[in-house]
Amino acid sequence: MTVPYPQTHVPGFWAGVAMIAAVVLCSTAGEVLTAAAMKSIGDLDGIRARSGLGGAVRAVVTCPLFFCGVGFLALAFFSLLFALNHLNLSLVAPSAASLTLVTNAIAGKIFLKENVDKRRWTAAVLVCIGVYLLAH
Amino acid sequence: MKSKLTLRQYLILLTVAVCAPLGDTCLSRGMTQMPAISAAHPATLIAAVFTPWVASGIALLITFFACYLTALSWADLTFVLPATAFGNVIVALLARFWLQEPISLERWAGIVLITVGVGFVAQGPSMTERPERDAPAESLAVEDGQREAAPACLPGQERAR
Repeated sequence: MTVPYPQTHVPGFWAGVAMIAAVVLCSTAGEVLTAAAMKSIGDLDGIRARSGLGGAVRAVVTCPLFFCGVGFLALAFFSLLFALNHLNLSLVAPSAASLTLVTNAIAGKIFLKENVDKRRWTAAVLVCIGVYLLAH
Repeated sequence: MKSKLTLRQYLILLTVAVCAPLGDTCLSRGMTQMPAISAAHPATLIAAVFTPWVASGIALLITFFACYLTALSWADLTFVLPATAFGNVIVALLARFWLQEPISLERWAGIVLITVGVGFVAQGPSMTERPERDAPAESLAVEDGQREAAPACLPGQERAR
């Protein structure tokens, strides 16, 4: 049985904020860039129906924007690993998940020109508070 | 026009919803079993990738990512993210009824809020209409020999399909 290592160093308040902010910002940038890439490629189900799985994979991996998005998502992933190593999951998971929902709604409206109407804002805020309550 | 999803598309959203929180849980378990990692030695993070819990988490997250990309190709980011947050509710309910973990009143409130939020977003359209984006779909239909069935639509016209 593996015994968890004790946390020997507890980061300060601003260090914790910086770790969570890094996760949120990298994640938002990655998701917006990936969404933009997938919108430019088109319906993957349709592409797969016409060209098979290979055609769908080719359509994705030949899109430069996709790799920009994946780069940021990889940064977000390693930021998350780093944050989980220093902070509790009960702090990192709810705060990062909640904040990412709101920053994505803002970024989706500004950069992707998505129609973020009252219904979507309400959903984002309700889910944001819900995720915080659930995971806190 | 874009508001109705097929059963297959709902299943893809469900896979996204379930794999993401399960993957994160595996990562968390794996990382808490590691010694503290310093920012001065980032290479230690690479070694963490090959531990069993972190590797399982990554496998689940790869599945999540493939389905997530597919979902983003036919739905808006601001639709996919709230809709797939329902996975948090599934994990909480599994913890309550399968693992017999207690759920506080605060968490039940969270479950209700997420469910209502998902219901809100699921009632609306999944994709913002973009005439310039839809144009290639029309030309593809023409390539498929459906010229008569798919007349070119001008921006602002009500679309037949």
